[in-house]
This record gives sequence, structure tokens and C-alpha cells, in this order.
Amino acid sequence: MSTSGYIHSIDTFGSVDGPGIRYIIFTSGCLMRCQYCHNPDTWKMKDGIEKTTDKLVADIIRYKSYMLNTGGGVTISGGEPLLQPDFVYELINKLHTFNIPVAIDTCGFPNIDNLKHVVDAADLILLDIKSFDPETYKLVTSRELSNTLRFAEYLQQTNKRTWIRFVYVPNLTDAKENIEGLAKYLSTMTNVELVEVLPFHKMGEHKWELLGYDYKLKNTPIPTEKEIEFARDIFKRYGLKVQ
Amino acid sequence: MSNNTVIHEGSWSGFTSGEWCERVNVVDFIRKNITPYHGDGAFLASATTKTTKLWKIVSELIKAERENGGVLDVDAHTPGSIIAHGAGYIDKELETVVGLQTDAPLRRAIMPYGGLKMVENGLKAYGFEADATVAEIFTKYRKTHNQGVFDVYTKEMLACRKSGIITGLPDAYGRGRIIGDYRRVALYGVDFLMAERRAIYDSSADLAMTEEIIRQREETTEQYRALGDLKQMALNYGFDISKPAKDSREAIQWVYFAYLAAIKQQNGAAMSIGRVSTFLDIYFERDLRNGVITESEIQELMDHFVMKLRMVRFLRTPEYDQLFSGDPVWVTEAIGGMCEDGRTLVTKNSYRMIHTLYNIGAAPEPNLTVLWSDAMPESFKVFCSQASIDTSSLQYENDDLMRPKFGDDYAIACCVSAMKIGKQMQFFGARANLAKTLLYAVNGGRDEKSGAQIAPATFEPITGEYLSYDEVYAKFDQMMDWLAKVYVNSLNVIHYMHDKYSYESLQMALHDKDIYRTLACGIAGLSVCADSLSAIKYAKVKALRNDDGLVYDYEIEGDFPLYGNNDDRVDSLAAELVSTFMSKVRKHPSYRGSVHTQSVLTITSNVVYGKKTGNTPDGRKAGEPFAPGANPMHGRDTHGAIASLSSVAKLPYCDAEDGISYTFAILPNALGKTEQIKADNLAGLMNGYFSDNGHHLNVNVFNRETLLDAMDHPEKYPQLTIRVSGYAVNFIKLTREQQLDVIARTMHTKF
Repeated sequence: MSTSGYIHSIDTFGSVDGPGIRYIIFTSGCLMRCQYCHNPDTWKMKDGIEKTTDKLVADIIRYKSYMLNTGGGVTISGGEPLLQPDFVYELINKLHTFNIPVAIDTCGFPNIDNLKHVVDAADLILLDIKSFDPETYKLVTSRELSNTLRFAEYLQQTNKRTWIRFVYVPNLTDAKENIEGLAKYLSTMTNVELVEVLPFHKMGEHKWELLGYDYKLKNTPIPTEKEIEFARDIFKRYGLKVQ
Repeated sequence: MSNNTVIHEGSWSGFTSGEWCERVNVVDFIRKNITPYHGDGAFLASATTKTTKLWKIVSELIKAERENGGVLDVDAHTPGSIIAHGAGYIDKELETVVGLQTDAPLRRAIMPYGGLKMVENGLKAYGFEADATVAEIFTKYRKTHNQGVFDVYTKEMLACRKSGIITGLPDAYGRGRIIGDYRRVALYGVDFLMAERRAIYDSSADLAMTEEIIRQREETTEQYRALGDLKQMALNYGFDISKPAKDSREAIQWVYFAYLAAIKQQNGAAMSIGRVSTFLDIYFERDLRNGVITESEIQELMDHFVMKLRMVRFLRTPEYDQLFSGDPVWVTEAIGGMCEDGRTLVTKNSYRMIHTLYNIGAAPEPNLTVLWSDAMPESFKVFCSQASIDTSSLQYENDDLMRPKFGDDYAIACCVSAMKIGKQMQFFGARANLAKTLLYAVNGGRDEKSGAQIAPATFEPITGEYLSYDEVYAKFDQMMDWLAKVYVNSLNVIHYMHDKYSYESLQMALHDKDIYRTLACGIAGLSVCADSLSAIKYAKVKALRNDDGLVYDYEIEGDFPLYGNNDDRVDSLAAELVSTFMSKVRKHPSYRGSVHTQSVLTITSNVVYGKKTGNTPDGRKAGEPFAPGANPMHGRDTHGAIASLSSVAKLPYCDAEDGISYTFAILPNALGKTEQIKADNLAGLMNGYFSDNGHHLNVNVFNRETLLDAMDHPEKYPQLTIRVSGYAVNFIKLTREQQLDVIARTMHTKF
């Protein structure tokens, strides 16, 4: 059996979404509408190209030596890959037969109750927690925080290897209490291996314009190195490993 | 002297003996005496006060040169030769390695033996007066290489040259790409080498005086004389180099003197230094062991040596600069690699050579080339990757691919061409434009821009509205046959005349008696051609004709696979093109028994080739630059860096043994999140590419903004270095057109 998934694009040399050199699959389709999204062209699932897991695996294994020599693997990102759970689950299992590790990059919004088997199958979860303060979360993403927290709790329960990603956006997610709250919460989790503080950038801005969406962060500055350090220090103070 | 014992007296004291003691055999000396290094760069010394002061002076001179329009000064009156100029210094008190091409730093010499026109146009372009006496001598009394070539060129050759289907031929300038084994002078001293030449000469005295033997005797005499001049040149600087170098200072100085004599005699297009750092390490290690030199003193020697290599200058013309932009001389140094016995050839001095990029900043010259092997120490791989990230000044070539063919003592001529040092030379052949050849196939040999009939009119044009792959390919195949013949014949003419009128006697004196010669052909426009064929094969391509029946543009309907995405449907077309053209080149007799090879390399001429080529069936518009070397076309490789590398790695090295160049640019942040991860990932990328049999990789790590800012404020970036096809340049020395081309190229930026 070979299930199809909707794919926006692939990158054979991913180096910032998980460890080592990674083959990144950007799936299409996402329910979040994050103000800072740098891939708004992946929001609509049907804009993607349909590809079967067999076809993808055949392509991926050609790059196996790059991945395995550097401790890398495949990252399924998006979009939100967990909107296509059957496809993702099948892809992971097929890649595992070639001993290729797979990470899922998710916002944790899709309902975990239906996704446990997919999460269990993955080797690493990159969980993007957009904000810890529920109001800010809603402002940033147009969705509720509670799903993401339930997702995180499941990762903790199953002791799933997890990297947390937090995007630092000046005047939006940068409140000290917000960061501190998240740090405190994460510090109680034993499965979190790493916290990544990603500085907001504007490289996706032109896509918003191209797609005719209203980009609300036009006047938001890119954070300074000092601001990023400030955020990182908070996580460090709570005993978390930060990158 | 018995083999494998430690020598206790004389200049070689402390070295292990071997065959090298009896006759010239540098590789034996290296194998017996090398100290492979597996550690990291922690031992490296920073720049000394002297180095910093000296580099400041040199930097000021380079700045003045730039402000003077690119040339600081020329001696227009003295045709260059090994001893034409007396000693010259930058600052005698500060220099630990001495010697300049003329009597003053950055003062260029004229070298009219290659061609008087090149000299006169060069002088004129930079505002210098030509010397009437020189002109008289080289028109009335002494013929030049350039004149010789044009005495023989056929109408067809001239037409091909003019239309640009063959471009960059070394018919007006020094062909270069010859690497003297400069190490021999340090190891043996000049007297030993002269005696060897004498013996070669005497050995043919009783033979029948055939043309071959007569030529060999004349050349050997020329070589002998050049060695005498080399000795004299060194004496002018107060050094007697007749005997072997006895310590580190002498070794590096004498290697440099040997190289200096070569660049005083020849303005070759590329003047590689060879593979000297590991050789020199043996002297450094011995002197360190004996406590007669310190790490800081050694680094100072290396820094000063490299400064000299950064000051090599030739007088060129603006037309030349368009092809090979940024005033390059390709002082290519091969670093690292593996010994055939399994030990690494990475030494402490491999580190020191790269460390010069930190002590005196990034620079395009010398053209530092790391010979990458899977078995090389991991610490060195990461050190090199870090240096690439910091300076964008290194290129990499696949030692595991080249060693089986060239042994473990080869160096790189120019950009990517491997040659056994002192045993092999090449006849540089620039390149043929395959994309244009495809257009000629469509138009029956008429030039798509001028309409002129370049190939014989017996070629029938294609007349259908839509192009059929089989028909186009059949005609293209015939057109390649025609081109290969004109091309090889032209090269034969050129190299016959170069040997006759502008012989590289000093460089050839530093070679063995019997030389393996290659005829180094090349192709440009590979990716344009592969994508065009792909379009014709997988999409529908309509030919648009003007009133004259000439196809001037193409309309593409539908999608087609693009080279650079690891898609076999089109990558196989590219690979086949390489093999096909090579097989056609091989059919034609080559000058002096040379073996045909070819490269997929454009240097910066991809811009000029593009300019001279009309609209192509892949959708590229007339005048748009080609991709450099074997690169996919800009922006068409959409599946990330490794897919792109994988496409290039499929090109068959066995049919492109002169080298396959790939230039890669990436944003620092796209390599990873921490400095350590970035260096590890880059090393991992190269490990993968080279284990897939990729041949060459230029690595650029920079932000677009930096380049844009450097275009507007060049004064802020005097040392900003970028790798282009096969070499590196000061970004600010590129023409604006070429700067824009570099910026437009794919930067792997997915996020």
C-alpha cells in the first residue's frame, strides 16, 4: 500500500530542523494562521503536489549516506504534517525499514487522541510552542493553546524525545512572564532534550504579499542578539539545554 | 648512501635516505620523511609584528593599485625574463622571504613573446605608453607566438573564434597550466638539476637527429640555460642556490625563487605553485626537533611566502579580464590528501597554509585547494570547513577519485586539473560552447545572432515548427563532430606555436625528461544544453523563425525535468553529453602525442559565453549568463543543495579528467545553528558529495546583503573573497555584470 500526501516542497539539505543533515519534507496544509509564518504558501493542503510514500522513500534513500554520516535523518515539516496522519505514519514506518530516523515538526494543535500511534512511531518531535500565555497564543495563531499542552503532556507521558521551539517575536511573544511561564512548564518535563529560541525573521514576508494576505508584522523589528540571549538565559535558568 | 637510514651530515642531515638521494625523486623524499598530523589547529601561531607591518604595506599597495584602475605600474621597456630585472623588495627589513617579479612591488612586466598585441593593448587600457623599440624588435626581428598562430589559422577557425563557439583560446597570451616541480630546487640545489639536464642532453648525442631528437636537444639546452639564469637571479638577492637548502628558511626561499623565475619568464593563464606545504613541513619538523626554529617563526615564513604569492601580477587586457575576471593568476596550492600507503599527507603545515587566511585575512590567491579524502583526519576536515565558513577562500577536490589515476604526488593546474608533478603537462584548450553548437544544429550551421554561415553549408537546418528530439539530436551529434575537429585542430596550431615561440624553459627544466602531455579541451554551457534537450524531449518546443528562416527563439509548452534536481531523466542527458563530446574530441590527432582530456569548467567566462549565445530551447534568453562550470542553471535546482550536488556527481570523471567544477553558495544560517554544527554539516556535505564521486567543489558561505553592500561600498571590503568556477576572486574586483551574476546564483536558503 502506498498512501499519498500533499507536499509543498522538499529540501535535500536541511540543517536547521533537527540534528545533522536532514531531508526535509514540507507538507502542505495547516490550520494555524501564525502572524509570523514564513511559509504561508503551505497553508492550503490542495496547493500541494500529491506524492506517495513509496515515491518519497525511493528518493530519500538516495541520500541515506549524507544523513547517517552526520547523525541526521528525515524531518516531516510543513505546513502541519499531522493533518495527514496516515501518510506520515506510513512514511515513518517505511523509512524505519531503511534505518532512517524521522522527526516530526508540529505545532501540537491537532488532537493528540487520534495521533498517538504516529507520535509513538517518530524518533523525535520538534514541538513548536508559539506562546505560553493563552491570550498571546490565540493572538499569534488564531487558535487555542490547550491542544498543544495536551500534546506536550502526551510526549512527557511516553517519554518521547522532544525538542521545543519557540519563536521570539518582539512586541508579540517577548513578554518576560510568557517566556518564564514556558520555561517553568518545560522544566518539569523529563523528555525535553533541547529548547531552540528562533529569532523572528522577515524572509517570508514577500510570500504574504504574493498570496495577497495581510502581513501584520511589517513594522515589527527583527530581535537583537541581546534579546535572543535574554530569552535563552531564562530557559537556561530553569535547567534547560538551549540552542 | 644506503636506503632508509638517517643522514648525519650536510644539508640533508636528519632526513631519512632513499632513492631520492641518488636521483630526482621528490615523492620518495616525502614518503620517507613526512610527519602526518592528526591533531587540531590549537598549535597555530598568530601573526607576528613583522607580518602585520608587512601586510599593511602590501595592503596599501593593493589599494593604490585598485585606485589606479587595476594596475599600479608597468615596466614597458624591458621584456620580462628570469634576469631582466634586478632585485626588488617591499621592505627589506621586514621580509623573511624575498623576491619580486620586477624591481618594485606590483610593478608588472611585459612579456611580448606570447604576443605583442596583448602587451600593447594592456598598456593602452591602463594608460601606459608602449615602447617603440620593443614594438620594433617584436615585429621586425622577433616573431611571437600570437603571430605564429595567426599565420596558420584557417578561415573556419577564425570564424569560430569570432562567433564565440570557441572562446578563450590561448593564442594571444601564455597558455600556462604548467607546474614546475619547484620543490626540486630546494631539495637538490640548482647544480644537481643542471647536471641532470646535461646528462639528458648527452644521452642523445649518438642518436639519429630526427625532428624529435633535435627538438629535445634544443629544449634541454634552453632548460639548462634557464636554470643558470635562476641561479643568477637568486644571486642578485644575495643567495647562492646551487646547493640543496640546508634549513627551513632556505627551503621556503628556494622554492619561492624557483616559482619566481617561472612567473618572471611566463605570463601563463594559470601559474600553480603545486603542492609545497607538506614538502616544506619536512624541513620545518626537522628544524623544530632540533630546536632551531619556533612555531611563530615558521608561521611568519608561511605568511610572508603567501604574501608574495598574493602579489603575482601579469599585464592583461580588458577582453581577457572579461573572460577571467578579477586579475587571477591561479597560484594553486594543493593541500592534504592521502599517501598511497594509507597515511595522510596532512601535516602541521597544511594547517599553517590555511591559517594564513586568518593571520593576513581572506584572499583569492594562492588558490588554496584541499584534496579531500574520506580517510583524511576528521579534525582537518572540520578545520577546513570552518575556514570555508569564515573566509570562502577554499576549494575542494576529490583525492579518492584522482589518486588512483594520478598517484599521490599530483597538484592542480589552474582550477581543477590534476597533474603528476614534474611528470605531466597540459596543453590548455579553453572551451567549446555546446549550447551554441545545439543552436547551430537547429540552424544548419548558421550563427543564431549574426546569421553568418559558420559551419559548412552542407548542414541542413531543421524546418519543422515543433522540434523533434530525434531529429535535433542527430543533427546536434553531427555538429559536435564538426566542432570537435575544428577545435582540436585549432589547439594543435596554438600549442605548436607556443612551444616554438614562447617555450616555458624554466618550468620544463623542473620536469622529468619524459613528459605525459594532455590536450586539455573543455566545454561550456552543459546545463543549458542538457535542459534544452530535456525540453525538446519531455515538453513541446516550437521554433520561432525570422524572415530569413533563422530560428531566433523557442516557445515551450509543458513541463520538463531540469538538471540539478537529481532527476535521472535529464541528468543522464548531461552525462551523455560529456561522454559524447569527449569521444568526438578523441577522434582527432593531437599535437605532440598529447592525450585528449576535457573539463567542465568555465571560470567566469560563463558570462561572456552567455552574452554570445542566443535564445536557447530551455527558455534561457539571449545574452543571459550560462551557469558556471557544471552547475545547474540559476534557480532551477529547487530540491536543495544535495540534490543539486548529486546531479553534478553523475557526470563521468573518466570522460572529463581535466576536471568538473561545481560552485556552491550557501547562507551561513542555512548550515546549522551553532558554529560547531555548521562546520560539522559542511564537512558532512562534502563527505557525501565526494563519496558519490563528485570531483570539485567551490564553497561560498556568505550573506547576500554583504555582497550587495560590497557593490556599493567596495572600500569597506578590500579582502572580501568569493569562489567562482575553479578559483577565487576579490569580489570588488569583478565587473558589475559579474557581481550581479554571482548574486543572482542560487543560494541554498530553504528555511
